[in-house]
Amino acid sequence: MSDEAPLTRQQIRRKRKFGEPILPEEEDEAEQEHRHIIAVELENTIGALNRVTNLFSARGFNLESVAVGETEEPSVARLTLVTVGNDRIVAQITRQLDNLVNTYDVTDLTDAEHVERELCLLKVQYTSETRPEILDIKDIFRGRVVNVTPETMVLEVTGPNKKINAFVGMMEEHGIEEVARSGQVAMHRALEYEAPNPLASADAESTTNGSASDE
Amino acid sequence: MPTDTLQSSDSATTANGAHDAPTLKGSEIFVRALEEEGVDRVFGHPGGAVIKIYDAMERIQPSYDHVLVRHEQGGTHAAEGYAKATGRVGTVLVTSGPGATNTVTGIADAYLDSVPIVVFTGQVPTHLIGNDSFQETDTTGVTRSITKHNFLVRDVNELASTVRQAYHIARTGRPGPVVVDIPKDVQMSEAPFLYPEEPDLDGYSVPGAAAPSQVDRAAQMIEEAEKPLLYSGGGTINADAPEALTRLARKANIPVTTTLHGLGAFPETDDLALGWLGMHGFYHTNMAVQNADLIIACGARFDDRVTGDVEAWAPNAEIIHIDIDPSCISKNVYADCALIGDAQEVLQQLLPKVEPKDTTDWLTQIDEWREECPPYEYEASENDDIAPESVVEQLYEKTQGDAVMVTDVGQHQMWVCQYYKFGQTRSHISSGGLGTMGFGLPAAMGAAFGMREGRDLDVVCVSGDGGFVMNAQELSVAARHGLPLKIAVLNNNYLGMVRQWQSLFHEERFSHTDLRPTNPDFVKLAEAHHCVGLRATSPDEVGDVIDQAWTVDDRPVLMEFQVPKEEMVFPMVPAGAASDDMLTEMFNKEKMAEK
Repeated sequence: MSDEAPLTRQQIRRKRKFGEPILPEEEDEAEQEHRHIIAVELENTIGALNRVTNLFSARGFNLESVAVGETEEPSVARLTLVTVGNDRIVAQITRQLDNLVNTYDVTDLTDAEHVERELCLLKVQYTSETRPEILDIKDIFRGRVVNVTPETMVLEVTGPNKKINAFVGMMEEHGIEEVARSGQVAMHRALEYEAPNPLASADAESTTNGSASDE
Repeated sequence: MPTDTLQSSDSATTANGAHDAPTLKGSEIFVRALEEEGVDRVFGHPGGAVIKIYDAMERIQPSYDHVLVRHEQGGTHAAEGYAKATGRVGTVLVTSGPGATNTVTGIADAYLDSVPIVVFTGQVPTHLIGNDSFQETDTTGVTRSITKHNFLVRDVNELASTVRQAYHIARTGRPGPVVVDIPKDVQMSEAPFLYPEEPDLDGYSVPGAAAPSQVDRAAQMIEEAEKPLLYSGGGTINADAPEALTRLARKANIPVTTTLHGLGAFPETDDLALGWLGMHGFYHTNMAVQNADLIIACGARFDDRVTGDVEAWAPNAEIIHIDIDPSCISKNVYADCALIGDAQEVLQQLLPKVEPKDTTDWLTQIDEWREECPPYEYEASENDDIAPESVVEQLYEKTQGDAVMVTDVGQHQMWVCQYYKFGQTRSHISSGGLGTMGFGLPAAMGAAFGMREGRDLDVVCVSGDGGFVMNAQELSVAARHGLPLKIAVLNNNYLGMVRQWQSLFHEERFSHTDLRPTNPDFVKLAEAHHCVGLRATSPDEVGDVIDQAWTVDDRPVLMEFQVPKEEMVFPMVPAGAASDDMLTEMFNKEKMAEK
């Protein structure tokens, strides 16, 4: 093969290993680590769920969060997992998941238009002095108070991962007693939606905008 | 729960055939289901949780034979040997608890080497599961990460369909082990028996042909390559594709190297055959890998024993990877072109698109490497020791490649791969991925049973003294069934491969590898198990012992060859090193001279 042929990925790996300079055009995007959100439809049994989570420990894959629940079809569960890895590792993860006999569908939503949400319950201490500020922050994050005692209250906030992180961060100074997070759930946006009339179109627009501003 | 849907579809089918479907006990359904599946042999060991099944077997007298093994691990290896020799699915039946856990090593072995076996385990009654009952283990939990799939049958109505699914999963795609755990109360309950024609498996699909665009791309890459190399593994044999591989190699003049499990897929007497590659592969083969500009991997998974330092492996090559398991693509080495599908189908797609090409320069270059460090050469012993390599050579002389060679794990295994010239498919059975000592004898036994159902080849087991005793109890089984096994034990009174690593990399501190002075008398060991025992202690006795062994045809013969402990396997790529960083016999002599 001619000398001008681009380097193979294997050759780039070798250059990197031996500390040889890598030209910008040779930099392999595939080697960069990214956060991926993957939806798995599987048989709605404990055994099937166990097999999925077991795969991650058995093969040493990273698992940041996992959320699972029944779908519109009671025999099918949907599992949303968040993992971090380069393209090769993530391809491995999706293929290994696909290989499991009781998974029906595996979709990497990361690069597709999608919405993702996480639910967070957070128990925070309060005094009469801090109470207004806590409630203010709660409003900014569009949260709700779901339980209150003379010293603590439980707040509920929903949103994408970053928003929840920010909310938990804001609450830290007030003394967090407990945090329970559901893990991310996600799904494709309806990209193919064609508005039958202008009014419906406006509705769809506002819904999209609403969720976008949430993020 | 999906069981609901399963049941409803089942009852729909039984509605038609309800009149014909007899109501049977679970144990009887099991015995009959294996018959329906076309099983011809079960390797098993009875116990409390499967006693109902054994009783049903006695009453029904099914069309298949049961082989009573002496240890459940032996049973799983025997099923593997049977499966690899015949291409059929091996079947194992054991009890719960220790019966099940004893199969774990064999299941893990079958998982790493893609061997189709189905292991049926008894389980305590469903109402006792989780109570730490007598002989209870969470079998599906224990085997989850070492099976292709496993089942716990909770309802007798699902038993027959589960058996159907288990064999389908084990056999198709990338083959592998499947475990079916059957609680005792399920064996005792009754249900209509109907064996489904098709397995009901929604989430399971098997790739067939590869994407045409990728096939075109691969053909283009082959055309452009100047130094192409075929690297063929066990998948080629699993797909019954050796002939297609041979046609591709000869059409485009591409040299072929095989992995441990690929041996036999390409005749090693062919001019294009390079022998095997990797840690103990030949010098010229590993040099060919390191200098190739195109590697076509067929049914091989770039194991670390093949690649060594994976980043330094085949640094100049583009990679075409043919594999039925999508998760094998780019797992260890990046594939520039992935042909996901059945190796047989993919090679048939590729063949008409590949043009004959001239690779004379490349083959000449490989020949030069071959002359630099010739294969099949070893130090003739200076004193009156038997060179272990010479035993393998003489076994080849005796069999002329018309035998199934089964090995255990260790130095002898490497010598068999190096010095035996494999000429036909399914003629080499070994534990590659897991490297299970104790694999050889029971696997050879399974292969010998497999010979009764078709090919009539001698089955030769080559083992070391360390590994042989790990499952020596199975000699009784081989003798009981009059299997004419030829067993060669290369006895160096050491755990030889570990000793070699201690010699080369641990300054000759031989930590716990010496088996003297209480290593068994192997001749007596054979005789105690109703087999014939023979011994050779000097080179001139080797041929006689082999000739004598081949005169026995009604029971196993164990030939003990006493070999020197100092003998090492060369060439060798140290673990994790680059493939062109090889230790050769020459290196070792220099090292010895320094001392």
